[in-house]
Amino acid sequence: MTLLSTRGLSKSFGGLHAVTNVDFDLPKGEIRALIGPNGAGKTTLVGMICGRIAPTSGTVSFDGVDITALPAHKRIMLGMAYTFQITSVFPRLPVAENVALAARRRLHGQEVEAAVSEALDRVGLTEAPDEEAGNLSYGHQRLLEIAMGLAQRPRLLILDEPTQGLSEGEIDGFKALIRDLAGETTILLIEHNMKVVMETADRVTVLNFGEVLAEGTPQEIHENDAVQAAYLGTG
Amino acid sequence: MSETQRILILHGGLLVLLFVLQFVLPAYHHGNLARIMVLATYAVGYNILFGYTGLLSLGHALFFAAGMYGMGLTIQHAGFTPAPALLVGLVAGALVSGALALLALRTAGVAFMIVTLMFAQAGYLTILYFGEYTRGDEGFVIQQAQRVLWGIDLSDPTNRYFAAWGLFGICLLISLWLVRAPFGRTLVAIRENEERVRMLGYDTFAHKLTAMVISGTIAAAAGAFYGLLFGYAGASFASVQYSIFPLLWVLLGGAGTVLGPFVGTLFMFYLIDLSSGITTAYMLIAGVVLVALTLFAPQGLTGELRRRVWRWLP
Repeated sequence: MTLLSTRGLSKSFGGLHAVTNVDFDLPKGEIRALIGPNGAGKTTLVGMICGRIAPTSGTVSFDGVDITALPAHKRIMLGMAYTFQITSVFPRLPVAENVALAARRRLHGQEVEAAVSEALDRVGLTEAPDEEAGNLSYGHQRLLEIAMGLAQRPRLLILDEPTQGLSEGEIDGFKALIRDLAGETTILLIEHNMKVVMETADRVTVLNFGEVLAEGTPQEIHENDAVQAAYLGTG
Repeated sequence: MSETQRILILHGGLLVLLFVLQFVLPAYHHGNLARIMVLATYAVGYNILFGYTGLLSLGHALFFAAGMYGMGLTIQHAGFTPAPALLVGLVAGALVSGALALLALRTAGVAFMIVTLMFAQAGYLTILYFGEYTRGDEGFVIQQAQRVLWGIDLSDPTNRYFAAWGLFGICLLISLWLVRAPFGRTLVAIRENEERVRMLGYDTFAHKLTAMVISGTIAAAAGAFYGLLFGYAGASFASVQYSIFPLLWVLLGGAGTVLGPFVGTLFMFYLIDLSSGITTAYMLIAGVVLVALTLFAPQGLTGELRRRVWRWLP
């Protein structure tokens, strides 16, 4: 059963073709990694999927419904969650309030508190829920982003380079978290860290110059010559 | 003592204090305080949009005047009694702020300031243009006989004080309730990072629109009561000066604090009152004090209090 699919999705900025004619299908329950060199169009593609960027042409469907014309907030309400590549929390609000804002979209009253502490628990941010988010270390702000995504209890969780700037220990924690979420939700993971991709993803899609270069299991992708040349480097 | 209890005691305490003060204050300050409470209500409305939602409007005089003229014109020309006239003022404020929100919220930042300023100027000029009915700059007096609300003569100082107190109390409590409710917290989040709020699934446009209508309606309530309690409606209340005042009061008192609007209005009123008793160049003294305050308490008086002492202040 396909949860998300795009057909002929393209975006040009002036003369620059950031994403060209992408057909992409993501089955329910899968953990899919989206990789590619810098500037390959990963964030643009994901931006069109969650409604931050309007496509030049093509369609996006979610759970069998065409959502191309829906504004971002309505797509989120259908069950998508997006965590930002550049950390985008509410720096002057307490950590718990950051997560509560995400949870309150679907819950009320007492349930919000429970969902907040559950989400913070899962990412391991339990020490200072009343601290202003801006005072957290960069790595902890990344984790807070993920907690905000989890609190939305999404059907599709889109993580844009979640491990960027995390320490080795935090990355191990993140991989454990993703494995823990497997089966609960569908995950689309933009990731540069190949170790994370190899260890967590069911399948991998490779973008290059805005086009899908290859798609397959991590092993297949690792052995694909075209991908090697474009991205992973030989050797 | 829980945070909620502390908040209720502080804000309730202020209202009780203001209630009691009217029995002990000399006539001059008694009259001042009634005026300050109505103007502080205006600032409370402004604060919801500026302090909590982060939208700097330079056009709130339009809403204040919509309330004042909605009330005044219906009393003057349609023979309304105060109760329905006040209601017309409120509805006028809600409609005008809703219409302006639909247009102005398509912009952000400096453009939002300019659009609100321009529409407010257009409103001011409209009042002058229809001078036949509004009497323009000169304005018109609402006679004592026209100011009797449910048998209560609002030109009487005691009644006037109670009416001002009631208006201020209701709007203060609405503001307190609002900013602690999920809706108000979402407004604060919009102020902090609108794009993130949108990507959490909130319709930020609808939230900002609602905030602007609430803000504009409270401003209109203040305008309508001001006209009724002090018996006068004039075009100067629609001028750009009256858009700047609430901004100044809120900044001085503390933007994004529930008590800030009152503190700022009180402070500014008596700053001008006292310094004009010393010298005719009273704006010089006021100016120096304002500069000092901006330097040493950039978050306003209540904002500074929150930063240093009471971190729980809403």
